[in-house]
Amino acid sequence: MAVLTEEQTMLRDLAREWVDNEAPVTAWRKTRNAGVPAGYDAEVWKTQAEMGWAGVLIPEEHGGVGMGYLSLGLVLEQMGRNLVASPLAATAAATSAILLGGSDAQKAEWLPRIASGEVVATVAFDEGPNFAPGRVATSVTDGKLTGTKAFVAEGDSAQLFIVSATDGVYLVSGDTGVTRSTRAMADARSHAAITFAAAPADKLAGDPDLATKVADRAAVATAAEMLGLAEAAFAITNDYLKTRVQFGQLLSSFQALQHRMAKMFTELELMRSAVEGALEAIDSGRSDVDQAASLAKAIAGDVAKLVSREMVQLHGGIGMTDEHDAGLFLKRSAMLETMWGNAAYHRERFARLNGY
Amino acid sequence: MATLADRDTRSDPLDAFRQEARDWIAANFPPALKGVDNTMSAVEGPSDPSPDEEAWRKAMGDKGWGVPTWPKQYGGGGLSRAEARVLGEELARAGATNPIGGMGVMMFGPTMLEYGTEEQKLEHIPPIARGEIRWCQGYSEPGAGSDLASLQTFAEDKGDHYLVNGQKTWTSGGQWADKCFAIVRTDKTKKHEGITFVLIDMKDPGVEVKPIRLISGQSPFCETFFTDVKVPKSDRVGAEGEGWTIGKRLLQHERSSLSGGGSASRLFGGVPLGKLAKEYRGEDAAGRVGDADLRMRIVRHEMDSRAFALTLRRAALEAKSNQGPSAATSIMKNVGARITQERAELTLEIRGMQGLGWEGEGFAEDEIAATRGWLFGKAVSIYGGSSEIQNNVIAKRILGMLDHQ
Ligand SMILES: Cc1cc2nc3c(=O)[nH]c(=O)nc-3n(C[C@H](O)[C@H](O)[C@H](O)COP(=O)(O)OP(=O)(O)OC[C@H]3O[C@@H](n4cnc5c(N)ncnc54)[C@H](O)[C@@H]3O)c2cc1C
Repeated sequence: MAVLTEEQTMLRDLAREWVDNEAPVTAWRKTRNAGVPAGYDAEVWKTQAEMGWAGVLIPEEHGGVGMGYLSLGLVLEQMGRNLVASPLAATAAATSAILLGGSDAQKAEWLPRIASGEVVATVAFDEGPNFAPGRVATSVTDGKLTGTKAFVAEGDSAQLFIVSATDGVYLVSGDTGVTRSTRAMADARSHAAITFAAAPADKLAGDPDLATKVADRAAVATAAEMLGLAEAAFAITNDYLKTRVQFGQLLSSFQALQHRMAKMFTELELMRSAVEGALEAIDSGRSDVDQAASLAKAIAGDVAKLVSREMVQLHGGIGMTDEHDAGLFLKRSAMLETMWGNAAYHRERFARLNGY
Repeated sequence: MATLADRDTRSDPLDAFRQEARDWIAANFPPALKGVDNTMSAVEGPSDPSPDEEAWRKAMGDKGWGVPTWPKQYGGGGLSRAEARVLGEELARAGATNPIGGMGVMMFGPTMLEYGTEEQKLEHIPPIARGEIRWCQGYSEPGAGSDLASLQTFAEDKGDHYLVNGQKTWTSGGQWADKCFAIVRTDKTKKHEGITFVLIDMKDPGVEVKPIRLISGQSPFCETFFTDVKVPKSDRVGAEGEGWTIGKRLLQHERSSLSGGGSASRLFGGVPLGKLAKEYRGEDAAGRVGDADLRMRIVRHEMDSRAFALTLRRAALEAKSNQGPSAATSIMKNVGARITQERAELTLEIRGMQGLGWEGEGFAEDEIAATRGWLFGKAVSIYGGSSEIQNNVIAKRILGMLDHQ
């Protein structure tokens, strides 16, 4: 566990308590069954904003609490534990783009509205089904942006898009020249294709690495959510093995299963270190955030995949039923494994960064 | 591997039969059905068969070729294994799938041929051979999954019949089945020796099914409740208390059909993963799959699949020469399950977000089918004896290791 300040400990404990009491997996199941187009409950998002989560990255002068990425990660981890549906991760990724590349005017325009929860923001980089930051055809002429972005998280409800174009990264508000096409996907969350047709666009300052930096932060935030998801999947499985009796014994007494659980526990410890390490690397402004991000997302991808698949297997038939939560964990995990580059993508990038 | 074309040029003692099969297929197989195969049909329940499908099923059923090696007197084809293999090759060559299948063919029929009385065989096997009846499997209960012998459903002796009470679960196809082969308890004092194998009519009063939804969105299986269901003693297979032996034999048929040629031929059908990867992920300058890590994992999977296919072939040859199952048979279900699941995971990964579509716009039909298949496929390492239970069986029976204390 990372060394936390008193403030961070409080934030984490409050988040954990709120998530467990107010947003159990049954709450997500209800939202899913209701088929809410936004993919989350707007009232719940409002509460999260009131608790300061929407502004966790945003400095106080712009209405946030300015606590940084480790703090964001602590909250996302708690949400991941209960599969809480929230636009927080997407909004935070968009926030990081404004913090890194926004002018004073852009910050003043958007950050307070994001911090209050009024504006849901998201990042729209990919133009195909796989994370491929180099492949961008979207372009801007005379301040008007045109192109189609695929599988934009929270695309159904976002009012602000951070969009990559051939010559940089732009702010696009959702009202003019924006068409949303809902994509119904396995995790039942919002992933819309967004078509921009001469949408008014406002450029973020010209750091040539801005898109990469934003993507790294988004990947690390995703890994934090995966950490919570994997830990919960593991804990639920461990509890199940301690209650299910077959052959007159608890499943937890079978050594074949004990060793599998021990292996997963081991992997989870490595995952936590990699994720927390990346969050801290961002907060301390280290120069190797790229490596830390790829390490975190690659390991998170492998471990979340292992644990979510084992969750189904070790529950046997009950784990195959929609009524049980295992399937919800499995589907969300597969989605998070894919977003912002899967394990293969990040291993490859890690190799490149290290000159292999 | 020898191709069909190679075989054609060799002189083969089966040539005459091959010609007969080819001619019969040409005369009876409706060309409109060429290449049509719904791999999910076994779990999706009955669809409305087209007149072509109906005609094809009837032709195969009348000929007995849906169950080619079963004896003729019970409606089978009476073919030798070699002839049946030739028939399979000729069907594949014509793009035809065998319309006669399901649990009746895979599990119940072979068990019945071994343990049924003459009257029972004459009553139950021909309708299976003609594809006229659906069977389901009443084995698992909420408290008896891997530990099947803990089952509690009780059959009380009432003289000429039993009165059955209890609950089964995970009954695949229960809502569409006509009949159920079940193991029930007739003696509460003995675990394994207190089990009896019975046949239950799903239309009988007192039988109730409740479909359960799977993580894939489909509802192909049920909870099944029995309340005072009357089962005549003539529908008991084998002696009272012999159900565990018969039931386990049926599980062997289940496992071999789950791991055997069927899944292997399916593995080599479909789009090769390398091709799919190039389509979705592009190529590098040398024309290889663009993502090096993914490329090597596809190759590893491909090599595993081929080793599996070679093992299937070796086991078949060994079984033929030794007149008994090869030791390799014991690993088949687990390897088959692993390869099936790996393939689904790789397909998902290759397609990225496009591989996680659930329904509606933006996804091709085969993409959505693959998502659902990926999820449904998580069951292949659970049903029919989970991978863990298979490993226990291998350790104890094949390797002679000790039971867990
Ligand atoms: C899609 C599907 C269709 C099915 N269709 C049918 C059907 O038609 N008819 C029918 O009767 N049943 C059916 N089943 C039930 C299936 O056979 C059981 O689910 C299976 O036997 C496992 O039992 P369980 O679900 O109770 O899991 P459990 O026995 O509770 O097992 C849970 C986990 O513990 C592991 N485990 C259990 N014991 C041991 C041990 N001693 N050592 C190590 N690991 C162990 C298991 O491998 C599994 O991973 C179906 C199941 C599924 C998922």
